[in-house]
Amino acid sequence: MSTEMKRRIFLKRSLTASAVGVAAGAGLLAPQEILAAWNQAAFEAKEVPNALNALLGSGTTEPSEAIKIKAPDIAENGAVVPVTVETSLPDVESIAIIASENPSPLVASFNLGKNTEGFVSTRIKMGKTGDVIGVVKSGGKLYSAKKGVKVTIGGCGG
Amino acid sequence: MAKSSIKIRATEKNGETTVKALMTHPMETGGRKDAKTGEKIPAHFINEVVCKHNGETVMTAEWSGGVSKNPYISFKFTGAAKGDNIELSWMDNKGESDSKTAQIK
Repeated sequence: MSTEMKRRIFLKRSLTASAVGVAAGAGLLAPQEILAAWNQAAFEAKEVPNALNALLGSGTTEPSEAIKIKAPDIAENGAVVPVTVETSLPDVESIAIIASENPSPLVASFNLGKNTEGFVSTRIKMGKTGDVIGVVKSGGKLYSAKKGVKVTIGGCGG
Repeated sequence: MAKSSIKIRATEKNGETTVKALMTHPMETGGRKDAKTGEKIPAHFINEVVCKHNGETVMTAEWSGGVSKNPYISFKFTGAAKGDNIELSWMDNKGESDSKTAQIK
């Protein structure tokens, strides 16, 4: 196939792809609904209790020693802070990860199936030194633990 | 074919399956400014992740742009066997999505 033909096909394909992208963005192609609508109120809340309330229905949690937060004492790069939340509490329905000093503190929420263990690990951005809080919903109640992380270079790109 | 944005590794040992996944995604919060133009780079981040075992959902996640670029996740569950299917899908705030299936080793 000539280069010219390849160029035309490439351009045609990329135009089609971007047209699809635009249509999807405009809501014309309904993306497959995986979950109920993303919890905007929770993720855009500026205060931790408001975020928890919007996400889990309550702004208060009971501190629990059965939750372990694994995160570095000092995060060299606030853009990538590895966090693991592990709990021995029974009947874990969800685990939420909060960075207390971020502009929007609620970072992630994991809903766990009945055979899924109380363990999640991911990497989050931390804007500055603060607490990583893990909130576990176990048996319908909310428990939490936290760990302070010192951030040397903030992770929000500011 | 477009390269997948998802790498999954699922291993089973003593009845417990550990899933580790790495996704390629810019995860822009919407708060960062372009160094040259000074304009805010629009928010573009994965906001939903679903993981299924043999078609049954084992984990769903809702994220903000506060999850790091090229997100990594790991979680564990029981009741699966080697050879079973693990499917991980994500969707972002622009409606883009991707999904990948792998077998538990």
